[in-house]
Amino acid sequence: MSKELKPKRRDFLFTTTYTIGAVGLAAAIWPLVDQMNPDSSVKALSTTEVDVSNVEVGKTITVLWRGKPIFIRRRTKEEIEEAAAVDLKDLKDPEKDSDRAKNPEWLVMVGVCTHLGCVPLDNKGEYKAWFCPCHGSHYDTSGRIRKGPAPTNLEIPKYEFVDSNTIKIG
Amino acid sequence: MLVLLNRVILTISLCIISYSSFAEEINTNYLKTKWSFSGIFGTFDRASLQRGYQVYQEVCAGCHSVQHLSYRNLSEKGGPEFTVEEAKAIAAQFEVEDGPNADGEMFMRPARLSDKFAKPYPNVQASIAANGGAYPPDMSVLAKARAGGADYLYSLLLGYEEAPAGFELDDGVYYNKYMAGNKIKMSAPLSDGIIDYSDGTQSTTEQMAKDITTFLVWASEPHLESQHRMGFKVIIYLIVLLTLVYMSKQKVWSRFGSKNEDKEEAFDKVEKVVTEYEGEDPKTFK
Amino acid sequence: MSEKYIPKSKLAQWFDSRLPLLSLSHHLKEYPTPKNLNYWWTFGGILTFCLITQIVTGIILGMHYVAHTDHAFASIEHIMRDVNYGWLMRYVHANGASMFFLAVYIHIFRGLFYGSYKAPREIIWILGVIIYLLMMATAFMGYVLPWGQMSFWGATVITNLFSAIPFVGESITTWLWGGYSVDNPTLTRFYALHYLLPFLIFGLIILHIWALHVPGNNNPVGIDVKKNSNETMPFHPYMVMKDITALVVFIIIFLWFVFFAPNVLGHPDNYIEANPLVTPSHIVPEWYLLPFYAILRAIPSKLGGVIFMFAAIFVLILLPWLDTSKVRSSVFRPIYRKFFWVLVGTVILLGYLGAKPPEGIYLILSRIGTAYYFIHFLVLLPLLGRYEKTDPLPMSISDPVLNKPGLMDKFKKVAAQYEGENVGSFK
Repeated sequence: MSKELKPKRRDFLFTTTYTIGAVGLAAAIWPLVDQMNPDSSVKALSTTEVDVSNVEVGKTITVLWRGKPIFIRRRTKEEIEEAAAVDLKDLKDPEKDSDRAKNPEWLVMVGVCTHLGCVPLDNKGEYKAWFCPCHGSHYDTSGRIRKGPAPTNLEIPKYEFVDSNTIKIG
Repeated sequence: MLVLLNRVILTISLCIISYSSFAEEINTNYLKTKWSFSGIFGTFDRASLQRGYQVYQEVCAGCHSVQHLSYRNLSEKGGPEFTVEEAKAIAAQFEVEDGPNADGEMFMRPARLSDKFAKPYPNVQASIAANGGAYPPDMSVLAKARAGGADYLYSLLLGYEEAPAGFELDDGVYYNKYMAGNKIKMSAPLSDGIIDYSDGTQSTTEQMAKDITTFLVWASEPHLESQHRMGFKVIIYLIVLLTLVYMSKQKVWSRFGSKNEDKEEAFDKVEKVVTEYEGEDPKTFK
Repeated sequence: MSEKYIPKSKLAQWFDSRLPLLSLSHHLKEYPTPKNLNYWWTFGGILTFCLITQIVTGIILGMHYVAHTDHAFASIEHIMRDVNYGWLMRYVHANGASMFFLAVYIHIFRGLFYGSYKAPREIIWILGVIIYLLMMATAFMGYVLPWGQMSFWGATVITNLFSAIPFVGESITTWLWGGYSVDNPTLTRFYALHYLLPFLIFGLIILHIWALHVPGNNNPVGIDVKKNSNETMPFHPYMVMKDITALVVFIIIFLWFVFFAPNVLGHPDNYIEANPLVTPSHIVPEWYLLPFYAILRAIPSKLGGVIFMFAAIFVLILLPWLDTSKVRSSVFRPIYRKFFWVLVGTVILLGYLGAKPPEGIYLILSRIGTAYYFIHFLVLLPLLGRYEKTDPLPMSISDPVLNKPGLMDKFKKVAAQYEGENVGSFK
């Protein structure tokens, strides 16, 4: 009976309706998903300032930033020289020490092993720097992976010296 | 059916109108002024918000907290829209508690953008004790916590008067036309020239009342502009969708079409009777 | 479920023979619906949408809300200010509750008007009353969670009612509170139960729809339809499209509130943090609970008020047996129809009075309204059933259409043409 109606016109209406409806549905679903993303109060806490005036040469402090440990080490001359002398060809993840520590005396790194996320231990391992006990990754005095399953060097966060005693991270 | 529909719409409208009368018996003849944020296309006047912040800081903040506001809100979209640097500078003027430090002690430090607004008193009891037994309410959502909203706040600020003859007022209580019961423990906070606006606007009482009210409305509903923008797009979209859906529904129903079906049904009935009358088999017409 | 449905593909048959979801889906699609349903029948679908919306936004709010008296109010401000689209989630949930009740009242009054509660649909109706009760409990507990002044004091007033029960009242109230007044234990348990009840409602709705599918829908004329005839149409696509149309209209009204008037249905006092030392001048529940609040306060005794308030709902359960009329739909009940509208007016009036102080003319009217409410169900309905002169019922749901003047003549003419006979006499 009515099926002889021009199928083209009828389908166009239904197709348009479905499409407009689907657009609306997608637009409605987005807020439901986005509300789980970091909210503005979390995003506001994305920087922290650290007073390093009490850190002696050869000592490391650990501070919390975005819920993760940050190693701040005031390196000795020997450690700096050792780090600079490493041949890039020997590195799994080649990176110059001067690119990692703009001010060579200070090394600022995210203290999370790039393998599976454990916190490496200080003053341990074959390179007398950091060693991750979970699966045996060894990092050198620049925090670069030298031995073990970790794929990349310890991450360098965004940071700057706002004055000679304060580092702003993030 | 139309009568029924009309009755129901009337019913629902009566409900909505009558149920909005929650307010107690107070003067609701508010002073009128034009609010930039009223109506569905309203927006906040940025300059007014910045002046309103100045009024808050210099007049109100001594007693009233806005504990749910953060300093970063001052530079975020939809608000006073100070620059990030200006907002940082504002925050740095105030101290907030932090800690414990490595020695286990709490300490004070300058506020940052991520901090909530500093409070004049550490808790409600301290606030009550310092204010003659009355609690200066936190103003984070004050504009939503009072029937009459912006109009009420504006009228209250301008509603201080000499009490009528014979009206008893205790010490520290003032007469206000718009306060419930006409008694308020806050003395008139605004007077001409009580602060100097940094943008040079003349700081009359009406101007300050308008600016602080605008600020407080924003503080209560910082995403107002975004809500209205989205709402406008959503309603337009839904009207378009409704048109398409209704047309689709009509198209689908035309296949069944009660009128056509009834006609066919009636025709079939008559056809059956007629062919039987003829002595024929209705199924085969033979 | 009459004929067995055989799915098309072998895989579908394998699955369906083990868990007949495809058969169920087929049944729902083909479900014969009376073709004369009007738009008042779309509110079942609308209510399902409301429940899903409340559950989805509710779970999302639950990701950010903190159920502790020290943090509840602040956590909601955090949602409104910091959480991405948090203000949208909150306003949809709060206004969604109001829309849920608006829809349920329309749905209930549709049932009252068209006699949908009458045999054989009594269980559907009773399930509906239980769903309504659970909705009220859910909404009541949900309103406590923001921990504003109305949250706290509304909770105090209503939980205090249980102390009116003789002998065990005090113990029950202490048990409900988990303490000696509404406080943190009360808040945390209300949160848990508020999260739970909607899923119970969901289960009851499955039973509600299942019970409906046994006799099939009622219809505006109130006459049983022949199931697989041209008096019914398959639910899909006809009723699906109609339901969607009505739903879009409903959503427009809903979202208008959400985006442009999100607080007009609420109470400003709930934006003040709960203070056990300061009582608001007028404690009122949300609008959808006001008629019951009016009945509660109309009765001078505390226990009496509680009894009458619960009785107002209990009397609904008895409705299929109180209404003795053999005629289902008010379309054919001219006297009952008038009293139906009086009942509607009474409920709205009681709602208005529930927001007013219980004194003077407000109290008098509340008592009259309460009296009429019970008289309507307990006296009028049984009497009307016996004595009302109802209008004659049509033979079938299509008859009113065929009875259109002139239509029968048209077909007599056609038949006569076929026969070549005299139109007037068929000879």
